[in-house]
Amino acid sequence: MGYFSDIIHGFKTLLTGMKVTGKYFFNARKEIITQQYPDNRDTLTFPERFRGRVDMPHNENNEHRCTGCQACEIACPNGSIEIIWDRVLNPETGKKKKAIEKHIYHLSMCTMCNLCIVACPTDAIVMTHEFELAAYDRSDLTFVLNKPGSKLMAGVEE
Amino acid sequence: MRTGTLFDPIEQDLHTDEYKINMGPQHPATHGVLRLILTIDGEVIKNVEPDLGYIHRSIEKICERDNYRQIVHLTDRMDYLSSHINNEAVCLLIENALEIEVSDRVKVIRTILDELTRISSHLLWWGVMGMDVGALTTFMYGFREREMINDIFENTCGARLTMNYNVPGGLMWDIYSGFVRDTKAFLKHFKPKLKEYNDLLTDNIIFRKRTEGIGVLSKESAIAYGVTGPTMRGSGVSCDIRKLFPYSAYDRVEFEEIFMQGGDTFDRYLVRMKEMEQSIHIIEQLIDNIPEGETLEKTRAVIKLPKGEFYQRVETARGELGVYVISDGKKSPYRMKFRSPGFSNLSVINEIAVGHKIGDFVAIISTLDLVIPDIDR
Ligand code: SF4
Ligand code: SF4
Repeated sequence: MGYFSDIIHGFKTLLTGMKVTGKYFFNARKEIITQQYPDNRDTLTFPERFRGRVDMPHNENNEHRCTGCQACEIACPNGSIEIIWDRVLNPETGKKKKAIEKHIYHLSMCTMCNLCIVACPTDAIVMTHEFELAAYDRSDLTFVLNKPGSKLMAGVEE
Repeated sequence: MRTGTLFDPIEQDLHTDEYKINMGPQHPATHGVLRLILTIDGEVIKNVEPDLGYIHRSIEKICERDNYRQIVHLTDRMDYLSSHINNEAVCLLIENALEIEVSDRVKVIRTILDELTRISSHLLWWGVMGMDVGALTTFMYGFREREMINDIFENTCGARLTMNYNVPGGLMWDIYSGFVRDTKAFLKHFKPKLKEYNDLLTDNIIFRKRTEGIGVLSKESAIAYGVTGPTMRGSGVSCDIRKLFPYSAYDRVEFEEIFMQGGDTFDRYLVRMKEMEQSIHIIEQLIDNIPEGETLEKTRAVIKLPKGEFYQRVETARGELGVYVISDGKKSPYRMKFRSPGFSNLSVINEIAVGHKIGDFVAIISTLDLVIPDIDR
């Protein structure tokens, strides 16, 4: 190619590229994917399966579904879950049964792998849609998932 | 002592010394925390020495402690841009060792997600490649399309990068109800964009001048160094695991293995651009007829592999990922080794970068498409 045709060709390729950017410059609203976080905090939507952090839902009577079987503790790859359990006497049947005292969850170690949720036989724990999980103190990252005074929902076992 | 006049030709007597500079660990152009010790003479590179270990997390050692189900999610943290494919490699190995046959549905879904992962990885690479040679716009464009794929991932499994969607025996859940619709919408949106990318960067004269003839990797050294993936195919050597050792649903789709002959930076660039087209082609063949079937085969609560050695290879977006397990019949492997594509691809850097200028060097490492946690496990 000659000297001048080289220059003309070069300019042409630059202009082709600028045509693309120009198109978006004038249609800037068309393909916006960014969000105005945190202004849109109230309207944020999450996919159903979003992995925020592990939590244990309780019903209105302060009952949960955790039997203390420790399947989640075993499934967790990094020891984020600790179950402290005891055998308590069931007044109705008169038998001693396993029940959780504390379901401790260390968010600081959790990798959000979801293995504990899948492992739980009674669907006692779920992933919440919380995502603003930063804290100033490391101790704020340890949660006791069962609420104080909560007990096992009737009919979960068996 | 030397005397001279003002008009002495000083170049004759002035010799320059070689000196060493560090590129990285915290350098934006190394895409992570890779430390490269460059020996340079003026601007010309004389020697490149990668210094690894900055983000070593001893994943292979942790694997010896964890059980087989837990190992899968660790591979997310290796090549985080191909996390689904990494997961699949471990799952395939376990399934083959235990002789579990997963259903066609699982195979097809895995393949579709593999290709979406490949597109998303190549999109990120494309954006960053442009940025490395000074075209910031591409970064925004690449990430814009990538966002749609990430949304599909997020809906499918709840995570955008570290997916952990594959489990030994199948998938963690079935796909979500809008999966087919969203994937089709993405393909429709994405196809015209590829042309835009070519207008924007591929044909750009400055980009061409900066990449053509730079960092030529010959066929022989590509084979000698064990380079794989698009980097190898840019030098014209066939190495696509999807073709050579088909896994999942790759034996039932047709696609082309892309080759270029030159082996320079621009050829490696073109291979990846064309691979995205092929990925679209693969997804199109599968998306309309995802067969019905189980998404999770029954496995024992504690998976124990039989005694022996097992190897499984898959094609990630960067090349061949090999998973090697020695099992002594217990619930965790006796030894686990990952043959990661990034490590072998990095090893060739001294061969192709010597003699080039520092500015070109950035373009060269960019088309090697390195993901540092993959190199440094
Ligand atoms: S999500 Fe994974 S890492 Fe986190 S607590 Fe559950 S099993 Fe452990
Ligand atoms: S949360 Fe589920 S898996 Fe964990 S101890 Fe309770 S019932 Fe068992």
